[in-house]
Amino acid sequence: MSILLRCENVSLGYEGSVVTKDLNFTVSSGDYLCIVGENGSGKSTLIKALLGLKPQLSGNITFCGEVSKNEIGYLPQQTMVQRDFPASVQEIVLSGCMNRCGLRPFYSREEKKLAKDMMKRLEITDLEKRCYRELSGGQQQRVLLARALCSARKMILLDEPITGLDPKAANEMYELIAGLNQKDGITVIMVSHDMNAAVRYATHILHVGGKQLFFGTKEDYMTSKTGQAFLSVMGGDEDE
Amino acid sequence: MSEVFDKLHMYFQLPSVRYAMIVGLLIALCSSLLGVTLVMKRFSFIGDGLSHVAFGAMAVATITGITNNMLIIMPVTIISAVLLLRTGQNTKIKGDAAVAMISVGALALGYMLMNIASQKGGRTSSNVSADVCSTLFGSTSILTLSPADVWICIVMSVIVVTVFLVFYNKIFAVTFDENFAKATGVRSDMYNLLIAVVIAVIIVIAMNFVGSLLISALIIFPALSAMRLFKSFRSVIICSVVISLICAGLGIIVSILAGTPVGSTIVTADITVFFIFSLLSFITKKGR
Repeated sequence: MSILLRCENVSLGYEGSVVTKDLNFTVSSGDYLCIVGENGSGKSTLIKALLGLKPQLSGNITFCGEVSKNEIGYLPQQTMVQRDFPASVQEIVLSGCMNRCGLRPFYSREEKKLAKDMMKRLEITDLEKRCYRELSGGQQQRVLLARALCSARKMILLDEPITGLDPKAANEMYELIAGLNQKDGITVIMVSHDMNAAVRYATHILHVGGKQLFFGTKEDYMTSKTGQAFLSVMGGDEDE
Repeated sequence: MSEVFDKLHMYFQLPSVRYAMIVGLLIALCSSLLGVTLVMKRFSFIGDGLSHVAFGAMAVATITGITNNMLIIMPVTIISAVLLLRTGQNTKIKGDAAVAMISVGALALGYMLMNIASQKGGRTSSNVSADVCSTLFGSTSILTLSPADVWICIVMSVIVVTVFLVFYNKIFAVTFDENFAKATGVRSDMYNLLIAVVIAVIIVIAMNFVGSLLISALIIFPALSAMRLFKSFRSVIICSVVISLICAGLGIIVSILAGTPVGSTIVTADITVFFIFSLLSFITKKGR
């Protein structure tokens, strides 16, 4: 269990205002970390900082040894631009392989096969030629996840992966992510509102809210004061 | 009808008409390639802003009396493209305000400089407005292209098309989801820069032909039309290239026969196609 990611005294926010501070945690290879907290507590900002999309105000975020930037997958929250983008499902999923290309201009046969496999895995193969903007919210989410899986070789970061999904689709999504974590050994970092799922699937929990309220294993979290208080408010189910 | 063909046949005997056709089609090809990217990245106005900058640069070039205008216009436009992209990320002045500022500023300065130049040169003021008009809306006569112009245009087009083909997948990735590309280790800043530079190059080569005010139309309209009907990125781009080539070809022929200004004739053709495609997409949606 080697450490992949280390955060030391990280504080995040926008110009002049600190959203959350004193974040200290590590993520090891094979972990399933769930980041929980209330709205506006800086969860998504933290994901963006981890990915290098947004600079942190202070502190250090370091990727250690094994994992480099182009081995990471990312499932973002959807932006407005994408909703009316003229692109086929296949083109979008394939673009997840971009970080394997380096300077090579075109995709290799293996990368095309990988994209096909991921589409099969998420059961969107029959949508292959369809236009992204004509799909339902759940289908779009699957497409974006397939793309993220194409680029994730060591680690995947998910920002509210079940937004817009019905309960059944949400469950399938969770099972799929758990499978990735357990079978493929991909490290998972996920932002979620869904406490039930967090305590069911995650190995570690990071609770943020202005500052770091808790970081540790799921078992410790459920016995901790913060955890119990939050779980009772959010309707968490403690005895699985 | 045969009269029309005879007339065309006669015109195409002239090298200047053939030059105009070659240059027109090449410009149409290049400008349609990046249209989708510009529209989807909300960069449409940057294209417009850059063409005004190119106008300003041309005025400066006229004043300094450099024989080859390109030497000034090209670098100035490319630098502005890079600057405009930078300000897009900076929150101090919002992107659209920065574009408006630079484009209107360049337009005003350019016009002023051209007037000053003409006063010094002792030319009449009517000449100035003719000059300005042709820079803004394209030459009324397309028969003024020299072989050198044609060669510059051919070389630039080859560069633009090659760059586009080589970076096609990267341009798609960066256009569809810049954050994802960046997060997964693709150097999206570099590709944004590349897109900006290519747009600047396209605008400069197109300026002599359709005029700086009408270039944006050439870039945006084919893409918008294609997006009405086609569903994948690749088919949209292929379709917008085809639309652009057909409109440019038709526009040039009509402008020769009817004596209308080239730039606005081509744009009129583009607008017509846009409405036809809108109508088609409306009908196909209703039919479903």
